[in-house]
Amino acid sequence: MLIAALRKELLLQWRSRAQLMAVFVFGASALLLFSFAVGPNAEILRQFSAGFLWLGLLLSSTLTLAESFHAEMEHRALEGLLLLPANPRALYYGKAIANWLQLVLLGSALVPVMVILYDAGTLRLGSLLLVIALGTAGLSAPGTLYAAMTAQVRSKQTLLPLLLFPLIVPALLASVKATSLIVLGDPMNQSKAWIELLIAFDAIYWSLCGLLFGRVVED
Amino acid sequence: MIPPVTEPAIEARNLARRYGRRWALADVSFTVPAGSVLMVAGRNGSGKSTLFRTLSTAIRPDLGSASVLGFDLVRDRWDVRKAVALLSHQTYLYESLTARENLTIAARFLGVGGVEAALERVNLAARADDAVATFSAGMRKRLSFARVLMQEPKIVLLDEPYGQLDPEGFALVDEVVRELKSRGTTVLMATHQVERGSGLADEALFLEAGRVVRC
Repeated sequence: MLIAALRKELLLQWRSRAQLMAVFVFGASALLLFSFAVGPNAEILRQFSAGFLWLGLLLSSTLTLAESFHAEMEHRALEGLLLLPANPRALYYGKAIANWLQLVLLGSALVPVMVILYDAGTLRLGSLLLVIALGTAGLSAPGTLYAAMTAQVRSKQTLLPLLLFPLIVPALLASVKATSLIVLGDPMNQSKAWIELLIAFDAIYWSLCGLLFGRVVED
Repeated sequence: MIPPVTEPAIEARNLARRYGRRWALADVSFTVPAGSVLMVAGRNGSGKSTLFRTLSTAIRPDLGSASVLGFDLVRDRWDVRKAVALLSHQTYLYESLTARENLTIAARFLGVGGVEAALERVNLAARADDAVATFSAGMRKRLSFARVLMQEPKIVLLDEPYGQLDPEGFALVDEVVRELKSRGTTVLMATHQVERGSGLADEALFLEAGRVVRC
């Protein structure tokens, strides 16, 4: 059933792929605006590059996460699936994985923007992509749950970040620290500890949110 | 000779459901014998859709209980869902996907085939690869109908099945209801088309302000 749910999500995402481009442009614009805010000081830009990258990703993620439930609520398609009956947990993990893949793609696409704008290149590209994968996993798991919770309220675009941001602070902090160490240099190999912390948070988020999803979407 | 006793397909006991402070259903009790067709009639807002949504487990009753094929409506939700299919006011369809894709998604979750046959049955095979967003309301209704038929349920809840359909669609609904009945499927049909529904139904239930006024 998980495979069925994931295939459905990927098909829906493929049909709305133009939206991903719009979200990327939004994220890139945010990175550009941050660079304007700091000014032309290359050293400061480079120092803050990891934080800016994750802020850009965080802001963009709220758009994709909120939108991921639009098709489900439009004609109560999610309710239709639950009544088939489809396992709510499979539906959750299908959507959370699809959202995660979208955020990984978005994060990977924003890395070159960060390198160009902030002169923040690194040779440890594999490690950087690993942190992006783990960090976005920490965004997508609770993000998908909260997007489901707020999908039926009128001010979902406002409510989602209000609920989500406090919860993901630990994952965000670990992601920024690990990215920063990868970009700026890590002589003490401290990034490993932050990555381990990120894995621990991901494990908590993915298991807890999967358990809670049924309660959120059922009457 | 003693007639054979048939197990009721649905037995509702004092079902009640409220939205805020308004009781949409109050003290609704009835029994539907297996394999029969029950017409549920009543004005707009009389509680027909709430009753169907409750029996399909889309929403929980606030008071009362019901057994569906011997399964408790609240406790055995999963089993009830496997036995019941609901044709709702909502289409349960994805607008950006085609008719075939919508049915294929449902088929994958159900673990059944028969997408093409279902499309043929509701006369949508020619438009199978068109996005649902391009469909008229009647075509969407037919596609939702196809989805219900694919579930091969033991109990079918049809909420306003004639709504938005053309005369050809009316005939299709009649034909399908007769077909379901001949297969022993229990059908509950909420409709304003009382004359048409009476021709198909074995029994009727009239609701007013959430209460049963006549059986």
